[in-house]
Amino acid sequence: MAPKGEVVEVKKKSEPAPVILTLREVKEILGCEVLVGKEQLGMEIWGACAADLMSDVLAFSIPDSLLLTGLVNAQSVRTADVAEIKALVYIRGKRPNAGALQLAQEKGIPVLASELTMYEACGRLYLRGLKSAATIRSKNE
Amino acid sequence: MSDDSLLDLEFEIIGGDFNQAGRVSTKLKSILKEIGFDAQVVRRVAISTYEAEINVVMYARRGVLRFKASPQKIVIIIEDEGQGIEDIEEAMKEGYSTATDEMREMGFGAGMGLPNIKRNSDQFEITSEVGKGTRLEVTIIAGDGSKS
Ligand SMILES: Nc1ncnc2c1ncn2[C@@H]1O[C@H](COP(=O)(O)OP(=O)(O)OP(=O)(O)O)[C@@H](O)[C@H]1O
Ligand SMILES: [Mg+2]
Repeated sequence: MAPKGEVVEVKKKSEPAPVILTLREVKEILGCEVLVGKEQLGMEIWGACAADLMSDVLAFSIPDSLLLTGLVNAQSVRTADVAEIKALVYIRGKRPNAGALQLAQEKGIPVLASELTMYEACGRLYLRGLKSAATIRSKNE
Repeated sequence: MSDDSLLDLEFEIIGGDFNQAGRVSTKLKSILKEIGFDAQVVRRVAISTYEAEINVVMYARRGVLRFKASPQKIVIIIEDEGQGIEDIEEAMKEGYSTATDEMREMGFGAGMGLPNIKRNSDQFEITSEVGKGTRLEVTIIAGDGSKS
């Protein structure tokens, strides 16, 4: 017991320190091929989100995060640009089309491609402690 | 003071042209960024105009996006000639969508577009006439105008 008059600091159970992965680490964890931005692999990633519908990305994503998607058209990159997504990972062995790749190059958004399913890709990153980059809103907001 | 217009622009949007869809918004975004608008404001404008632009591409024949910005506020008017919306209240609900399978395959049809626009705007007005077209007016407060 603490002596009288002494303030005892109760250590709060602190949240684990936020995990930051480099894009190179993401590439290794997901076994990715790098399609755009080989020189940007040092980029730091603090969180990720996953969606196939672009309005979901626009509604829930937090800027500067990683987006995992199965959508391969130019709209995926345009949406990433509008939502300020830092880097894109296409899953299930999907390859973005030429228009998407060109736009990514223009906008300086790195593009990775993984053979994993969406579930496994997200699971692996989550296990490494990467945070969710989605805002949760209450129903009546 | 509120009439110190920085930008007054007009863009044409072509219905059905998915390759071009989003061009206007990404262009606007880079213009606003360059002028030095607050990043949060730029993002809200980009998301609103993008969702509106995609809706015109999906549901209308053609449309016009008018964009006016002063240091204090941004007003965006998107008017289209198209099928119009029968039940606006329904259309404003999250998840409501009449998108076709083809549109869904392209990544649209979450039914989040209009609610997204509303959430990102300070003032939002929508009017529509079935068989004629739809008009959105979005106002976003840009700041106190102290920076120029
Ligand atoms: N400009 C428009 N002209 C005619 N109908 C429209 C227009 N905009 C929206 N709608 C109607 O309102 C519905 C809801 O629009 P909203 O943008 O919220 O969702 P969505 O376009 O279906 O999907 P998402 O935007 O998530 O990709 C549409 O499915 C469509 O029926
Ligand atoms: Mg929409």
